[in-house]
Amino acid sequence: MKLFEYRGKELFKKYGILVPNGKLVNSEKDFSNLRFPLVLKAQVPIGGRGKAGGIKLVDNKRQAKENLSKIIGMDIRGYKVNKVLAEEKASIKKELYLSISLDRTKRMPLIMASAEGGMDIESVPDGKIFKEWINPLIGIQPFNVRGIASKLNLSKEEVKGASKIISQIYKLFRDYDSELVEINPLIFTVDGSVMALDSKVIINDDAMFRHKDIIPEHVELTPLEKDAKEKGISFIQLDGNIGVIANGAGLTMATLDALTHFKGQGGVFLDLGGTDDPEKVKQAFELMKKAKPKVIFLNLFGGITKCDTVAKGVKAVITREGIDCPVITRIKGMNEDIAKNILKDAGLITATTLQDAAEQSSDLAKGGR
Amino acid sequence: MSIFVDEKNKILVQGATGHQGVFHISEMLNFGTNVVAGVTPGKGGQEIHGVPVFNSVSDAVGETGANTSLILVPARFAKDAVFEALNSNIKTVVVITENIPFHDAMEFVHYAKYKNAVLIGPNCPGIASPGKTKIGILPGSIFLKGNVGVASRSGTLTYEIVNSLSEKDMGQSTCVGLGGDPIIGTTFIDALEAFEKDKETKAMVLVGEIGGTAEEDAAEYITENINKPVFAFIAGRTAPPGKRMGHAGAIIARGKGTAESKIKAFEKAGVKLAQFPTDIADLVEESI
Repeated sequence: MKLFEYRGKELFKKYGILVPNGKLVNSEKDFSNLRFPLVLKAQVPIGGRGKAGGIKLVDNKRQAKENLSKIIGMDIRGYKVNKVLAEEKASIKKELYLSISLDRTKRMPLIMASAEGGMDIESVPDGKIFKEWINPLIGIQPFNVRGIASKLNLSKEEVKGASKIISQIYKLFRDYDSELVEINPLIFTVDGSVMALDSKVIINDDAMFRHKDIIPEHVELTPLEKDAKEKGISFIQLDGNIGVIANGAGLTMATLDALTHFKGQGGVFLDLGGTDDPEKVKQAFELMKKAKPKVIFLNLFGGITKCDTVAKGVKAVITREGIDCPVITRIKGMNEDIAKNILKDAGLITATTLQDAAEQSSDLAKGGR
Repeated sequence: MSIFVDEKNKILVQGATGHQGVFHISEMLNFGTNVVAGVTPGKGGQEIHGVPVFNSVSDAVGETGANTSLILVPARFAKDAVFEALNSNIKTVVVITENIPFHDAMEFVHYAKYKNAVLIGPNCPGIASPGKTKIGILPGSIFLKGNVGVASRSGTLTYEIVNSLSEKDMGQSTCVGLGGDPIIGTTFIDALEAFEKDKETKAMVLVGEIGGTAEEDAAEYITENINKPVFAFIAGRTAPPGKRMGHAGAIIARGKGTAESKIKAFEKAGVKLAQFPTDIADLVEESI
């Protein structure tokens, strides 16, 4: 779960990491306790907001009011801005990059730091990024911190400040089961303090059960995706118009890929998983209908989950609730013949191979929504 | 031969008395797996399909000589269960459980290494060496004993591919589900290394997907170390960046983990790629 910048900064404060004085603002009166110049920052769960006009520097109340009304409600790459953070502008002496992420290959937390702060880290050359891996069984040790802090071209005093931040964000990363904690830029101010100007914190969804203090917002999800998440259904909205229902994430992805091969485009990824529970199948179809696909493509492989049990669930939903778009089905595996008959009986189109089904779905879906 | 597991594995099931445990103990017994014990704290003394249940792993190991554990316990108790198994010197741990916090997985993956144990998963369907054993939740009906080694990051997609191999009479030496999480114990490289050494395996099939760089790492390893033919399928060619495609590990993040990059790496390493999952069987058939 991605946290908004201001919520990430609340966590930073909890861990003794300085952030600029600021708060969320809705109207003119909210600016009264802040000292100009201020930076207004749109709160969105994606990068690139500066370029999109979501960050503005303002010198007085009039400018603040004017720009606030421009930013609130703005659409930044598909996300509507509802919250704006106003912060007192810091006097920057030096900018660094600092993050802790997950190294999937080494299976360890990876600390990365660079003296090239403020830039997109992907555009910083590898030689200018310093890395330190932390063994999860022993946790962060002083030598790890020295290993990073000593390479950043800092004065003795600055090394001290940076070291404290490195230890503290590792603690936060571990305590809050994070996938990513990124500070870019981490700055040294003219008066010598170290401060996080931005925050990017992603918390592992699977660990949310032990972080009751974090309100699950899922700002990065669409309303239908949120609904699905609450129901425990793996459901993702995409740009196309064909709704794909399959069992297993890999098979669902492969099904979407097959559509593309025949110039079709998936609009929904819906993974039924190992379920043949009729109630879950019903919920899945209801969600799918709300996404209004032009065609539904049901692709099942029956192993432990028997094809006919899922087919029965599908038939029950379709007979009871009706469906207003064509449904192409392709069933393979345990009890496939019984399943095919059930689906045919429910008025659905049954194809024999994945390729055949993908081609039929793509042809039917052509011509847009 | 086969890799990682065979008829010598004596299996205990942690989380034996739950719905999944009861069902899969029966499925494994039907496959011929040597299931010797179940473990559920507080439920010792019961029997499931004739298999005795114990309160702890150490009791089960002491009484039955189990050397392998299948983990079916809920996500929030999984770390404790894996640590308990490793601490009782279980040398093969197969973690089926999905949605385990990955900080927990990092810890038990490193502890398994420290204990010189093989850890497969988490969030995987398990492992099967047809004719010998099946440890996990893979459907027994799809397998056929033979010479193709399969390693995969997904579940149902693997069943589909294995089934299409079996339909063409190309059996499998071992099929290992590595798991769909970002942090997993056994990787493509571990499987490739073992398959290369295994006399029974004549060809290998890798089923990859978007997210991480496991396929790119495998491609590099293949170029340097593998002489047997390798075939692959990559799922997620059309997945948009930033979206987690069902598996916790299936996400293109910060420019890394695209299908394109994986396909390119495999092509460079001489791996034959299939366009559709079931095409793999045709490719393997043509070449052997």
